[in-house]
Amino acid sequence: MAHISRGFTGRRDTSIDPARVPPGQYVTNDFPVLSAGPTPHRPLESWTFAISGAIDEPVSWSWNELQALPSETVTVDIHCVTKWSKLDTDWTGVSLDVLLEGVETSAEFIMAFSDGGYTTNLPLEDVTGGKAWIAYAYDGEPLAPEHGGPARLLVPHLYFWKSAKWVRGIALRAEDEPGFWEGYGYHNYGDPWKEQRYQGD
Amino acid sequence: MTSAEQDVHDGLDGNAIAGLLFDVFGGEMTTAMCECASCGARRPLAETEVYLRAPGTVVRCRSCRSVLMVFVGRQGTTSVDLSGLTRLDAAS
Amino acid sequence: MERTAVPGRLSWLAGDVVQLIDETAGAKSILLDLHGWPGHRAGQHVDVRLTAEDGYEAERSYSIASAPEDDNVVLTVERLENGEVSPYLVDELRPGDELELRGPIGGYFVWENALGGPLLLLAGGSGIVPLRAMLRHWVATESSVPVRLLYSARTLEDVIYHDELARLAAYDEVDIRFTLTRDAPEEWRGYRRRIDREILAEVAWPPAERPLVYICGPTAFVEVAATTLVQLGHDAARIKTERFGPTGG
Repeated sequence: MAHISRGFTGRRDTSIDPARVPPGQYVTNDFPVLSAGPTPHRPLESWTFAISGAIDEPVSWSWNELQALPSETVTVDIHCVTKWSKLDTDWTGVSLDVLLEGVETSAEFIMAFSDGGYTTNLPLEDVTGGKAWIAYAYDGEPLAPEHGGPARLLVPHLYFWKSAKWVRGIALRAEDEPGFWEGYGYHNYGDPWKEQRYQGD
Repeated sequence: MTSAEQDVHDGLDGNAIAGLLFDVFGGEMTTAMCECASCGARRPLAETEVYLRAPGTVVRCRSCRSVLMVFVGRQGTTSVDLSGLTRLDAAS
Repeated sequence: MERTAVPGRLSWLAGDVVQLIDETAGAKSILLDLHGWPGHRAGQHVDVRLTAEDGYEAERSYSIASAPEDDNVVLTVERLENGEVSPYLVDELRPGDELELRGPIGGYFVWENALGGPLLLLAGGSGIVPLRAMLRHWVATESSVPVRLLYSARTLEDVIYHDELARLAAYDEVDIRFTLTRDAPEEWRGYRRRIDREILAEVAWPPAERPLVYICGPTAFVEVAATTLVQLGHDAARIKTERFGPTGG
């Protein structure tokens, strides 16, 4: 018989409406910090966000230019493949729709690139239509470095490893190619509601 | 050792995965010497930079930050990618 | 290579919690009776696994605070603010409870009398735990190896094993110093800041003595200590490090 630790429940919030929780997830009121590498410290003066790849001319924005773009504050639930979910999180940032406005491409996929070398791949349609942002504030405060600041990709409808911390750009691609975790066996798409954690799920 | 220009990293070291290494390799491995495929640095696994539950476990070279090993656990099976190493010599 | 009951297998054991000792307001020692424990070396750790009734699991590593010669295996756990495992171990666990763990684990960060010295131990916060196992082993083996401990803590109230360390300091061969980084009593005559080159130059042996060095604590503490000792001329190969996360568990 498996050992049970008397009185142990962990730090899960069990008062949540189960309909809001994807299969296999636990709700936390913390904000765990998970990273595949050291936290980069990128000075804002040298920060840029670039869109490159299958377009006629790459475009990029400096930090000030990004700040000048129309932004939104959204409240979303986020789901990490390590099984924690955090509900009703507030983020402020620029929608990818704003950044991709006027960008003509036949590409169907993107690869997001981050300081420190992290990458993740997504279908282009999963970062458009109001589904993704370059987020630079969390809960009304500038995004902390350990949570991906100065800015991270935010794609809440997929597992949170797709919301690349320390994002610096996206490359538009005709062919899909696995990013960092996808290359090590995590699912290529990552829908939490279908529990697509690993390849083959 | 970190130089003044490098970020003070927030990772742990190979001691933190001694149990995982034991599971995967079948014995104590923190004293095993590894060699980085990127920069050639050699050190005991105990002295590598480790990022736990990231969602997998990422082991990096303390000298150049390149990825040495990645462990991904899935329902009782652990897959290990060692392509960042050129050598791994267990102490005898 | 380490030996365990089944070669190549690190098995989970259930131990009985025999006694709990309040070390400080935030830290507790857990004395365990472990059936089938193969013995350990000072500096090794165990993995502790907690399982909730619905199967939810959490696992963390804790250094063994006891010497191999001690009667019970002891873990000393510091409660971490938003920790998942440490608040349970410090606040909920009772004598008579069972604790699931496996070990001993680790072959790098270990000291035994046969390795000699002189011995330089640098502890940051709860990094004192494995070093205390080494000190208890030093006493149990009636070692003559000269030992110096520098223990960095926030305040005097945060110092774990204070009385035991005071008794150890009475040995001729043992030198124990503290540095308090946040607050110190008015009459405090020890160091009052985070470790730096000046403190280490005063506390460490000259490099020519070739001490065996063990540094344990938060990552930032270990980085500063190890880098500085090498800059002071110490042999990196004789410095062993063990980093605890800033958030632990």
